[in-house]
Amino acid sequence: MSNGQNQDQSMFSNTILKWIDDRFPLSSLIREHATDYYASKNFNIWYIFGVLSLVVLVIQLVTGIFLTMSYKPSAKEAFDSVEYIMRSVEWGWLIRYMHSTGSSFFFIVVYLHMFRAMLYGSYKKPRELVWIVGMLIYFCLIAEAFFGYLLPWGNMSYWAAQVIVNLFSAIPFIGETLTEWIRGDYYISDITLNRFFAFHVIAVPLAIIALVFAHILALHHVGSNNPDGIEIKNYKDEQGKPIDGVAFHPYHTSKDLVWITVFLILFFAAVFFAPEMGGFFLEVDNFEPANPLQTPEHIVPPWYLTPYYAILRAIPNKLLGVIFMASSVLFFVFLPWLDKCKVKSIRYRGWQYKLALSCFAISFVVLGYLGMQPATGIYVVLARLFTIVYFLFFLMMPFYTRFEKTKPVPERVVYKK
Amino acid sequence: MTNLNRRRFLSIATTLTGGIGILFSAIPFISSFQPSKKAKALAVAVKVNLSKLEPGSIIKVIWRGQPVWILHRSKEMIENLQDSKVDLRDPNSELSVQPVFAKNAYRSLKPHYLIVEGICTHLGCAPIEKFALATADMGPDWQGGFYCPCHGSKFDLSGRVYTGVPAPANLRIPPHRYEDENTVIIGETEDAENV
Repeated sequence: MSNGQNQDQSMFSNTILKWIDDRFPLSSLIREHATDYYASKNFNIWYIFGVLSLVVLVIQLVTGIFLTMSYKPSAKEAFDSVEYIMRSVEWGWLIRYMHSTGSSFFFIVVYLHMFRAMLYGSYKKPRELVWIVGMLIYFCLIAEAFFGYLLPWGNMSYWAAQVIVNLFSAIPFIGETLTEWIRGDYYISDITLNRFFAFHVIAVPLAIIALVFAHILALHHVGSNNPDGIEIKNYKDEQGKPIDGVAFHPYHTSKDLVWITVFLILFFAAVFFAPEMGGFFLEVDNFEPANPLQTPEHIVPPWYLTPYYAILRAIPNKLLGVIFMASSVLFFVFLPWLDKCKVKSIRYRGWQYKLALSCFAISFVVLGYLGMQPATGIYVVLARLFTIVYFLFFLMMPFYTRFEKTKPVPERVVYKK
Repeated sequence: MTNLNRRRFLSIATTLTGGIGILFSAIPFISSFQPSKKAKALAVAVKVNLSKLEPGSIIKVIWRGQPVWILHRSKEMIENLQDSKVDLRDPNSELSVQPVFAKNAYRSLKPHYLIVEGICTHLGCAPIEKFALATADMGPDWQGGFYCPCHGSKFDLSGRVYTGVPAPANLRIPPHRYEDENTVIIGETEDAENV
């Protein structure tokens, strides 16, 4: 009898599904992007950061929507409304700390996600557009973080906005007019705060969501890379399924669920026990309201932008400093064409790329540290040194990758490596 | 029979017309980003009384929402400026922004009053006053001046920038005029051409 009931139910849901499918491609969408999307069996831990960045995006969108319900985007009320959220709104502290911690975790997972692509050559043909769209998401993320950073209207918010907007004043001839246009005033004012709020809560998030769709569509069109950097599409079974792949759902999703749980444990450990993270996630100077007369003694951007900030400060010329900083971010876009090596994965590449990538990763971290230190003495010398290393990684890439001695690449993916 | 040339011409013409239309309709949105009439109206001149400003001391006032410093330079400060030995990027203020009357070594109308925008010409931080000579943090050659904590730019007591620091130009001198001996108006000049 219960069997008959189940049958009835499944017949009923089948009828509904058919009704929808006749009007909207629901089943075929699920097949195309989940149950029939094949990704390599040998994914390692580096392959979880894409899914995790999606998790953080959802956290940021949901907490962000709830924050706007209590936040006031005006110079008079902004600082107090954040304190109001922290003290008076029920669970407001949790929502706000999830959002502020989420911004740092967003960059942690995105940086690891990007490094994964550099390890296994995921930006190479035919995935150039996956990479470029991904970089556009990263640029939007920087803009989103920058606009959001002004909203608490603390003193660090204020001066960080002042410094970043003034970067544009380095552009010859139109610079001053351009900064006035961005601020909508002669200084960072209520007007500036109001428009940054608009960018932060609607314009940039819309762009990010659209780009994430494009990123995933492009990825599913060309197929995921894997730690061996070979195409699983080359070996298919009788049904035309890649032998070395398994369906994204339920196989990869169930594995991802475990890692999402681990991630959420770490995330909430930070939210509950170290939301300020010793000044890395929330800076001490930002607990003071904005003061146009008093620059904080030690002005630094949030940790995820300090490598670029260190490069800016290393150059003793305003325009050149800005050009170097902008190009240090832009160079990533050209990786697919700078890298001349035919082999994708670092497992089978020569010592040249391994050495170069190590030097680059070290210089990125060291520059990140230097960007938090005062711009004096030995710190400037070191910043200049590591700026050179940083740029050599990109500029010399067409040369050192051309003469790489690579190892033979396997035909099929390798397990337990 | 279809005329492909005609069809191509019409496609291009439609695209161009539409594109130009979109460009024109962007103008109001781009223009709305400029300082509003209210923001412009609030950016008026401020009047400051200097009678209580002792030699060697500084006051900070807000003009257009930004800090303007008024430094009453003491005799020693002026003497130090006269035989200054520091390397300046723009000692004669050729590349810097100031009213014509302030294009001199003192960068002011009256040598003992320096009226200068307290905004670093690098990225807009507020420099800190470091008037003591040869301090431990500024080094033995320090002649007194201003130091920007953000990126290490240094300026002398006339707001002139040192060499080897990121700031490209001297601190800006705002337009100003003296109403009488002890009253200065920031944001206005005697001569309209000076602004």
